[in-house]
Amino acid sequence: MISAYKVNKSFGKLKVLNDVSFTCNSGQCIALIGPNGCGKTTFIKCVLGMVVPDAGTITVMGKDVASGWQYRSEVGYMPQVGRYPENMQIGQVIEMLTDIRQSHKTIDDDLISAFALKALYHKRMRTLSGGTMQKVSAAIAFLFGASVLILDEPTAGLDPVASEILKEKVLAEKERGKLILITSHILSELDELISDIVYMQDGSILLYKTLYALKEETGETKLSRAIAHIMTNKPS
Amino acid sequence: MIKIIKYILLDILRNKMVLGYAVFLFAITFTVFSLEDSTLKGLLSMLNLVLFIVPLVSVIFSTIYVYNSSEFIELLVSQPLKRSRIWLSIFVGLAGALSLAFFAGAGLPMLFYEPSPTGLMLLLMGFLISVIFVAIAMLAAVHTRDKAKGIGFAILLWIYFSLLFDGLVLFLLFQFADYPLEKAMIGISALNPIDLGRILVLLKMDVSALMGYTGAVFKEFYGTDKGLIVSLSVMVLWIALPLLYSLKKFNRKDL
Repeated sequence: MISAYKVNKSFGKLKVLNDVSFTCNSGQCIALIGPNGCGKTTFIKCVLGMVVPDAGTITVMGKDVASGWQYRSEVGYMPQVGRYPENMQIGQVIEMLTDIRQSHKTIDDDLISAFALKALYHKRMRTLSGGTMQKVSAAIAFLFGASVLILDEPTAGLDPVASEILKEKVLAEKERGKLILITSHILSELDELISDIVYMQDGSILLYKTLYALKEETGETKLSRAIAHIMTNKPS
Repeated sequence: MIKIIKYILLDILRNKMVLGYAVFLFAITFTVFSLEDSTLKGLLSMLNLVLFIVPLVSVIFSTIYVYNSSEFIELLVSQPLKRSRIWLSIFVGLAGALSLAFFAGAGLPMLFYEPSPTGLMLLLMGFLISVIFVAIAMLAAVHTRDKAKGIGFAILLWIYFSLLFDGLVLFLLFQFADYPLEKAMIGISALNPIDLGRILVLLKMDVSALMGYTGAVFKEFYGTDKGLIVSLSVMVLWIALPLLYSLKKFNRKDL
């Protein structure tokens, strides 16, 4: 579904992505983890066409990201920090996006009702708290029944109830055979969700394994311990 | 694309500044024509106003708008929309809103007082200059990430076109007073859309005699239909070139 080949990106002198190559398919739920500033968000933004790579190609569902834009109708994206037009109300933003995407599929408003967002529809975006903003972002990402879901630190800022609701939703979508890409620093919550793991450092992918294989190899039962094991005995 | 333009237009018109701009233009135009007993004098005052205030408001408002809607742009870019369509929609939205404000504010009273060819030419120039400076503002805004720098750059461009350019031309004329520069002046005037607008309106007013021999050369060139077509095409180029360049930049921009 998504495949990247030798993607490079620098911001000025800083090399953010260094020959990143990566392939994944539907039905996978992949955790993209790594220290701060290792290029996770940049990579995600490259997939979405928000950041233009210096070199390399990315294809989503067989279509080149650089030349096409239609593929984005199959991508649901939840940004790390949601940025929305400040003067618009929640309801207006959702209505506008529905209007723009003209999704022929049915609208999936599970999260809107689960987060009880309808009651907040008249609130302006600039008055929202960080958590409510995250709820709106999550609801929008799942709204159009996209077959690729990209969630950038989805549970950061959400209260326990909301993050539980979101996890349930991710699991349900995974069962439906969608490709889900999650970045997070909270490894304990990833344990139950993911099937594969990608570990990035300094703009390169150091490791790409199934969760099962990783646990097997390190002899740990918890993801956080397995990752700690890897980080301390880095493969040279 | 029409949908995005609709949302952008709605967003701009919700902004009180465009409304204020229209009211301001309306008040000034009305006052100018009621104060002057000869409409020619009124038109001259309007000309200076249109050539000074319209580009200023156009360039500053557009730059600020593009910076302030960075969230909106980011949101749209992650949606299944072509980047160039987003950028062109912003351009059409801004140009549409500002020319609408210009027509409502300055156009209506002018059509009421002075529905002559000169008045219409002045309206056309005001419209073209509004659009040209939207394009220039978008170029300034896409060029720098920093808002303060971008707005400064836009203001600098306005100062250059409305003040510095004339000074430079004057300097050139004095330095090379011994040479016949009249023909070259036609080419040089095309380098500044504001000057081009001024010349076209002045020629319609038949006061070109005031401009001396250069005025006669201008009249000979710009006064003909061919000259008019050439100068209007130059104005269109002034819209297209900055817009296309900013579009190219925006398509490669990291958000």
